[in-house]
Amino acid sequence: MKKILGIFGLLVVVFVFTAMNSENFLSAYNMQNTFRWIGLFGVIGVGVAMVIITGGIDLSIGSVIGLVGSLLALFLAKGYSPWVMVPALLVGSAGIGLFHGLLITKVRLQPFVVTLCSLLFLRGIGRYATADQSVGFGQGFDILGTLAHGSIPLGGFSLPVPFISMLIVALIAGFLLQFTIYGRYLFALGRNEEAARYSGINTDRVTIGAYVFCSLCAGFSGIVFALDLNTVQPAGMGEFYELYAIAAAVLGGCSLRGGEGSIIGVVIGTAVIIVLKNAINILNLPSQLEFAIIGAVLLAGVIVDELVKRMVARKRAEVAG
Amino acid sequence: MTDVSSAAPLLQVTQLSKQFPGVRALDGVSLSLYPGEVLAVIGENGAGKSTLMKILAGIQPPDAGEVRLDGKVVSIDSIQAASKLGISLIHQELNLADNLDIGSNIFLGREPHRWGVVDRRAVDRASKELLEQVGLDYSPRTLVRNLSVGQQQMVEIAKALSVQSRVLIMDEPTSSLSQRETDNLYRVIHSLRDAGVSIIYISHRLGEVTDLADRVVVLRDGHNAGDLAKSAINHDNMVKLMVGRDFSEVRAYTPRPLGEEVLSVTGLVTAMHPKHPVSFSVRAGEIVGIGGLVGAGRTELLQALFGVVPPLAGTIAVAQEDTSITCPIDAIDAGIALVPEDRKQHGLILEMAVRENCSLASVKRDQNRGLLNREEERCICQEMVEKLHIKTPSDQQIAQVLSGGNQQKVVLGKWLAMKPRILLLDEPTRGIDVGAKREIYQLMEELAESGVAIIFVSSEMEEILHLPDRALIFHEGQLAGELAHGELTEEAVMHLATGTVVAA
Repeated sequence: MKKILGIFGLLVVVFVFTAMNSENFLSAYNMQNTFRWIGLFGVIGVGVAMVIITGGIDLSIGSVIGLVGSLLALFLAKGYSPWVMVPALLVGSAGIGLFHGLLITKVRLQPFVVTLCSLLFLRGIGRYATADQSVGFGQGFDILGTLAHGSIPLGGFSLPVPFISMLIVALIAGFLLQFTIYGRYLFALGRNEEAARYSGINTDRVTIGAYVFCSLCAGFSGIVFALDLNTVQPAGMGEFYELYAIAAAVLGGCSLRGGEGSIIGVVIGTAVIIVLKNAINILNLPSQLEFAIIGAVLLAGVIVDELVKRMVARKRAEVAG
Repeated sequence: MTDVSSAAPLLQVTQLSKQFPGVRALDGVSLSLYPGEVLAVIGENGAGKSTLMKILAGIQPPDAGEVRLDGKVVSIDSIQAASKLGISLIHQELNLADNLDIGSNIFLGREPHRWGVVDRRAVDRASKELLEQVGLDYSPRTLVRNLSVGQQQMVEIAKALSVQSRVLIMDEPTSSLSQRETDNLYRVIHSLRDAGVSIIYISHRLGEVTDLADRVVVLRDGHNAGDLAKSAINHDNMVKLMVGRDFSEVRAYTPRPLGEEVLSVTGLVTAMHPKHPVSFSVRAGEIVGIGGLVGAGRTELLQALFGVVPPLAGTIAVAQEDTSITCPIDAIDAGIALVPEDRKQHGLILEMAVRENCSLASVKRDQNRGLLNREEERCICQEMVEKLHIKTPSDQQIAQVLSGGNQQKVVLGKWLAMKPRILLLDEPTRGIDVGAKREIYQLMEELAESGVAIIFVSSEMEEILHLPDRALIFHEGQLAGELAHGELTEEAVMHLATGTVVAA
């Protein structure tokens, strides 16, 4: 809870600072846009958080987004029905996660290595399948497009659909973590996989589940991002998105050592990054500084977090004697 | 042996106190250490031994009191300061870099060098001498990873000697040594003592203390509970001072009625000793002790029964039904539970709350469509805390901060919550205090009375002699023999364990 307070405080600071320095920031248009982006990136943040809680990592998210987005555009342009393509691509994404999970648990490869290879492999496949050409959707996918462009009026404000999708994904993940046995097992194996195994937990299955969930989130994001852009560039789409997702998860209190993290933290972490991006834009700061600013804020966040943790540990050691 | 009365103390600790939030870890503790003596410091967990040693080794500062070395007051405010004064601590958990070789470890941070380049020849030469002193016949270029725990400990001692230590503090040095390694450690301790090094020896194993110590200092609840001179060192005296009351660890054995056969193992083969198939059976309500030396394959046997490392061959029948056990889940489904040897690595999720640890194994059994039932969880934990007398401020406390005995009770609670038919315990009382030991013995007896079959592995002779209805003694992977309670004597066990007699 304290961890969330820290990151929430940071969000408030960035938010208030930006609002005070620009009247456009709080405009309905800008707010809707910000919420939309939080929704778009929040989904992959939540996905990767599940994997990070197991003590693993998924670097392939951006490439999954790129591949799914490219294939969606490609096949829709060829006239395939979206009612076939969307489920098929989601199943395919889950399959990628399953493959990662199997390699990590059964072949005992390191998650970093497995998903790094996927990052390269899937990007290459996406570019080959589309001959590296930009693919446009054309017209006529209004219903599907709602996923990216739609919004639900809420008084004077319209809540973008991607934000709602993200809330649904976050609720599912949060429910899994907090209220189900699966969630308990996920935390347990993230802390101490051996002890979890000795307690009769099928650690392989729990781990694989997390990777499937993560890739599924990435696949879903790929579809929404593609619809959002309307034209997909296979070489660049989704590039580095895994890093945003990981950064959001870490900012939100996930430890890369595993066993720690909360979904609400990840959502707030995503919001911090998106609001920062938006602030740089709206305050007319040089956009080249974007990465530098996000990097610096993230670094400051984890340093403070580490110092707090050390203080807690010292107190604990003193109590234990 | 030194004539204690005439010599001046090398190290004198006076009225040392240390306060932690909520606990007075040390309250006016004094002790003297004379040149060339082995001083054993004993006491239950939480008595203040570790805190005292940490202060002497410069890991923690005291709140009050003074330490004199050679009669002069010294301030030991860092590990480096302790090392300069010639005080070295050999940790329970060894602190070696196992990716480096012996020589590099001994001189880590103090490498002899020329123009910034390590003088490897000097390292090797000096290391060789030190290794001879500790009786380790290895090249200084051997990787530490390839040494056994006992040999690594010798490297630690060599390292301490390389800084001319005059005071060597050993914290539970034999806790993971084999008999042969223990013997070698004794030899090294004796020769160091004869060379004038003073040794502070911390151990839970009172037998060792009797063998080794010239003098014993007993701590209880942060106070001095008493000293014992060489002639007064015996088991009963030590226990009396430690617990502050007369308590004989020798429990009265009353035969229990035994039930049906619940476990039958035929031709079980483990990867560690592929040549020795093992067969035995256990009845409901029976307590079976598994004795033998370290490395006899006892832990591997339990791990095979629990499916942690599935057996290579053989059959396991639970309640007369053949049961295939390839993973812990299979074992748990068959009603088998294992309290593992290493509770921190395998028994507990240290960072999780007592409540969550207690319910970890049973939560699935009580599941209600995959959802956690927190109320049920709280009840299970409550029941276990009461039944096992787990001392914890709340069931939300993380397991890490509990004492060893209470941690072990949490592991036991985790398994009792799923009501096992067969309970396997691997060194159930390792590193826990006398009071908690007694409670665990009692619990084992109660469980047996309620019909649970209990198989425990122990390296404590006392436990093998007094607890079980029957003991199976292993020697290098082979079931060397079986002794009924009436036949259990120290000689009989040791004969079988060392392989001098192999029962037909």
